[in-house]
Amino acid sequence: MDSSSIIRKTAADLRLTPNFADYAGERQAFSWDAVRSQLAGTPGGGINITAEAVERQAAGALRDKIAFRFLARGKPAREISFGELSVLASRFANVLDKLGIARGERIFILAGRIPELYIAMLGGLKRGVVVSPLFSAFGPEPIATRVNLGAGRLLVTTDFLYERKVAKWRDKMPTLEHVLLAAEDGGSTDIPGTLDLAGLMAAAGDTSEVAATGAEDMSLLHFTSGTTGTPKGAVHVHGAVVTHFATGRYALDLHADDIYWCTADPGWVTGTSYGIIAPLLHGVTSIIDSEEFDAERWYGLLQDEGVTVWYTAPTAVRMLMKAGAAIPQKYRFPQLRFIASVGEPLNPEAVRWGKEVLGLPIHDNWWQTETGGIMIANTPAFDIKPGSMGRPLPGIDAAIMRRHEDGTATLIKEPDVEGELALKRGWPSMFRAYLNNEERYRKCFAGEWYLTGDLAKRDADGYFWFVGRADDVIKSAGHLIGPFEVESALMEHPAVAEAGVIGKPDPVVGEVVKAFVSLKKGFAESEALRMELLGHARKRLGAAVAPKEIAFLPALPRTRSGKIMRRLLKARELGLPEGDTSTLEAGG
Amino acid sequence: MTYSEIRAVALATLLSIAPEVEVDELRDDRTLRSQVDLDSMDWLNFLLGLHEKLKVEIPEADYAKLITLNDVVTYLQKKLGAA
Repeated sequence: MDSSSIIRKTAADLRLTPNFADYAGERQAFSWDAVRSQLAGTPGGGINITAEAVERQAAGALRDKIAFRFLARGKPAREISFGELSVLASRFANVLDKLGIARGERIFILAGRIPELYIAMLGGLKRGVVVSPLFSAFGPEPIATRVNLGAGRLLVTTDFLYERKVAKWRDKMPTLEHVLLAAEDGGSTDIPGTLDLAGLMAAAGDTSEVAATGAEDMSLLHFTSGTTGTPKGAVHVHGAVVTHFATGRYALDLHADDIYWCTADPGWVTGTSYGIIAPLLHGVTSIIDSEEFDAERWYGLLQDEGVTVWYTAPTAVRMLMKAGAAIPQKYRFPQLRFIASVGEPLNPEAVRWGKEVLGLPIHDNWWQTETGGIMIANTPAFDIKPGSMGRPLPGIDAAIMRRHEDGTATLIKEPDVEGELALKRGWPSMFRAYLNNEERYRKCFAGEWYLTGDLAKRDADGYFWFVGRADDVIKSAGHLIGPFEVESALMEHPAVAEAGVIGKPDPVVGEVVKAFVSLKKGFAESEALRMELLGHARKRLGAAVAPKEIAFLPALPRTRSGKIMRRLLKARELGLPEGDTSTLEAGG
Repeated sequence: MTYSEIRAVALATLLSIAPEVEVDELRDDRTLRSQVDLDSMDWLNFLLGLHEKLKVEIPEADYAKLITLNDVVTYLQKKLGAA
């Protein structure tokens, strides 16, 4: 790249001494055992996420410090200290105990960014129960699919979400015994077949023992999407907390007095690892906004809450850019000292926009549901090459590899050559399984290397550059959407004969979901039918997953083996050469 | 345009983005996005649709005022009246 576009860092750019200042030296001296020894551990030699994130702080000098400051439009802020969080998490753990939910069993949480979500997650982990957070914008079908895959026994949600997305589908989730509801307007709930969370919490005791979980015991279950088949449940363990702690230090540069804002929803892995766990581990105060994106509101929060470290997403940055330069001029951000972004590559203009409008460049980083924590990052002390995801963090060995048909892979040592991004196994937050799908898990590894499914390049300076996905998974607003899940929902409509779903490039959200459908005999293309299909898909899948565009085709292109050729659909959509169909067959 | 005419345009615009909405069940005084499943892109498309249908400028700085259906209709009515 043109060296003049590199953002050079000088001492004047740094308001605090960065935690990670000597790249080679820190990587050389690093060991995961040394990081783990800085945490408390549990008496039996184990480790527990809530014990480290909450109890360790509540038992010490940070007892009365604010852990979370919850903000919602038209309501006073609700602040919860580390000490209060410990009590609330214990109460929820006791609620689980009373309902007979045992260690290792799975509970699901479906809620917006409200205190109950955070309390239920931390309380569940404290009890050694496996917690799976679901994005509240999912429709009934993705919710039911995931609860069933995870054999969830209990669901925490709100009265509104329950009535809209769960009640009618309840009989499709046979393992689900208990549904606990938080009242969105406050107070208690009284809906048949459910329990009132507030009432149960009020009646529960204030203390509970931390479960004696081991480093390899399952903690969180995060669902992610693949090209084919059902969503994959990435299994994470309590030992992952060591990575959350290390990366909070290195990649987010958290310092004790920070006011931190992670805009990600805990329904996705970022909102859990870095929206809940990492800031608590560092004893940092987080603000949590329950509202949806709103440019004016966001600039106002950055200013009025005195945010110092901000972790957001490229889609949000591009939406702020789109909202124009007049709004930020009304605000000042003198406290802000570090901005990071994750979800999809941050385009160079967006990196530089940060510097012009917020006074700081935006630091892109890379990781995924399977890695559990940040792996490759731009960090405060080091130069940024705009458009690059940065360099591997201490404890992480990344490489570019070429995958072969027989499942093996070879390292590509020369710089600037495209291949699959791979990570050497052994970091604590690596996923340990795809739930009930050992074969799919095994296919992700070649010897000591985890193959990420992302295509990338490494340059001569060791910076990594994202190229694209190796499969057909769609990346929209930073979230992965599996085309198969969308196609299946469309196929359930009586008019649809076949469906093929692609990601159509979009300047703001990266890709939007576009569906191509062919109709069964007896059905004719019409605007009314198109709207009916759109409504059908949205009702089942929710706004975050459903297609934004639906087009009719007389028939969909298929390979000889009968698979829909999504890449051909995409090439046609983009007006690109359709290429060699044998490649398409192999890749599709 | 009357309040109910503008309301009808707003609902038609909403239905073009989210055809699954049961308009009879919507409450005008409640946050629209808590009743209808709209992501950020849907919401922007909704406001853009209103702008195109009614030729009303809706500056980004005003988005924060548009929370309920009633907010949206009242805002548009005021803008149309002033034009």
